[in-house]
Amino acid sequence: MNRIAEAFKNGKAFIPFITCGDPDLETTGKIVREMVKNGADLIELGIPFSDPTAEGPVIQNANIRALSGGVTTDRIFDFVRDLRKDVTVPIVFMTYANVVFSYGAEKFISTLKDIGIDGLILPDLPYEEKDEFQPICRKYDIALISLIAPTSANRIAMIAKESEGFLYIVSSLGVTGTRSEIKTDLASIVKIVRENTTTPCAIGFGISNPEQAKKMASLSDGAIVGSAIVKIVEKEGRNAPLKVGEFVKEMKNAIKE
Amino acid sequence: MTNPNGRFGVHGGQYIPETLMNAVIELEEAYKHYKNDPAFNAELNKLLNEYAGRPSLLYYADKMTKDLGGAKIYLKREDLNHTGAHKINNVLGQALLAKKMGKTRLIAETGAGQHGVATATAAALMGMECVVFMGEEDTVRQALNVYRMRLLGAEVIPVKTGTATLKDAVSEAMREWTSRITDTHYCLGSVMGPHPFPTIVRDFQAVISREIRSQILEKEGRLPDAVIACVGGGSNAIGSFYDFINDKSVRLIGCEAAGRGIDTFETAATISTGRLGIFHGMKSYFCQDKYGQIAPVYSISAGLDYPGVGPEHAYLHDIHRAEYVPVTDEEAVCAFEYLAKTEGIIPAIESAHAVAHAIKIAPSMAKDRIIVITISGRGDKDCAAIARYRGEDLHE
Repeated sequence: MNRIAEAFKNGKAFIPFITCGDPDLETTGKIVREMVKNGADLIELGIPFSDPTAEGPVIQNANIRALSGGVTTDRIFDFVRDLRKDVTVPIVFMTYANVVFSYGAEKFISTLKDIGIDGLILPDLPYEEKDEFQPICRKYDIALISLIAPTSANRIAMIAKESEGFLYIVSSLGVTGTRSEIKTDLASIVKIVRENTTTPCAIGFGISNPEQAKKMASLSDGAIVGSAIVKIVEKEGRNAPLKVGEFVKEMKNAIKE
Repeated sequence: MTNPNGRFGVHGGQYIPETLMNAVIELEEAYKHYKNDPAFNAELNKLLNEYAGRPSLLYYADKMTKDLGGAKIYLKREDLNHTGAHKINNVLGQALLAKKMGKTRLIAETGAGQHGVATATAAALMGMECVVFMGEEDTVRQALNVYRMRLLGAEVIPVKTGTATLKDAVSEAMREWTSRITDTHYCLGSVMGPHPFPTIVRDFQAVISREIRSQILEKEGRLPDAVIACVGGGSNAIGSFYDFINDKSVRLIGCEAAGRGIDTFETAATISTGRLGIFHGMKSYFCQDKYGQIAPVYSISAGLDYPGVGPEHAYLHDIHRAEYVPVTDEEAVCAFEYLAKTEGIIPAIESAHAVAHAIKIAPSMAKDRIIVITISGRGDKDCAAIARYRGEDLHE
């Protein structure tokens, strides 16, 4: 049984995202522990990629900071191995298809199993291409997490039926980044999801404050927040862990039912 | 050459965000519908012939042939097209298709600026809005083309992320497309990106090889022994090769930008130095490090300064149907100067890479052999940069 299901057992899940190695892995470790301490139900860790085409400027810059700091896939694997000595919440990786492919898909995914990663989010791997990695993910019990977008329309049912771990519902058109308003008819999307699967779904993209988080979580099973946290790291650098912890606490409190 | 999933052997595919999937599916359906539609083709052919100036000339380069002393050399003069490059062939096709699909806005990436200028031109002609993404570094190298795009009514957005060159312009155009899909068509400029772009762009560029075939048959009564074209993403090359793929006697040679040399890090020669990867919507060869981070490539030519290559070229390389050779900055600049002095034709620095390879191989070929070089664009845009390369203090 994949550990991801546990994240959705105690009410709405709060899922924070952070880029590994921004500004360094030691800080990432401290941030993750603060997130857990303050109520994060599942952690999304980004493996930086040189050209993250689904990201807005905030996470793009985090990728650049991390890569300039010398972070590599292997160093991130070592980091997670260490993190798993005391961190037990489910953790998923978010990265791009080439990071997995180039490492050797089987080698990459089997390592995820070894180090205690529960799932994988690849924003440039749509339904049509998921056979690239899905058979290997199944072999090692790694949930390959699918995304549903505001434009998915007739594709929602098909994606939901084959979903694993949780479904990542993209709140808005465009790339990651905070937004003042989310206009997509998410209730209709979630309705189709529910009709087709029991996999939990969480909404992400553009959520930056407790009110938005509360609203998004009320429509689904949880809220995913990335850019708003990465902004804190950008501003605070190595002093970010406590600030991120406070932010996570505030967001988690807002989405509690 | 394409299977139903947009694959060329293992290459190609649709590695894009879910947000864009329905957009590429809609594009594929529209393309399937219109590509065999007589009215659409009549309208496109009229534009190609009466607006872009097709067919382009196949010119026998007599002085160059005599000077090199080997194979007969013909130049396929895509530089004579309206807007000065082969890019217009694809853009007129895509803009017309977008218009039929009810789109009112074109976005595009550009490297050297030729595709951006062509897109801005088609948008002006068809009354569409146009936004062009161009690496900031390239807006400096190709300042004249930036002005041309603005003059044509397009908005030019300098891209500052990454290496601020073509790859970053593609990434930014893709990001823009995910934020605005309903009224916007992404007019991709090369045979790259997610399916169906490599197929659509190839089909619109294949007019180059169809014309070469009929022109050379008329002039020489036989097919050429070699067709040579430069390869960045590879649109003029695939356009020059496509109609000859089944004619095994015709060597197909793509010239990649080696920059300062394939043994240096300052190169953009993807097939010589890259390996299989997944980026910008496709599986193909990419310049990358051992962890799959895309390499910051370099070439004097903004149009070839790209870390990947179109999936059909990757496939033609795999099956040994086409050869891909590296050509350095220095060799390309020498060829740029050579063609100007020998034939009175100033080629784009991109096309000069193809000329450089012909200069290498023509002398050792028999005099009854025939080489066709595609001059994909004209070199006016490059004069200032080449002058600076040669140490002259010339600025536009």
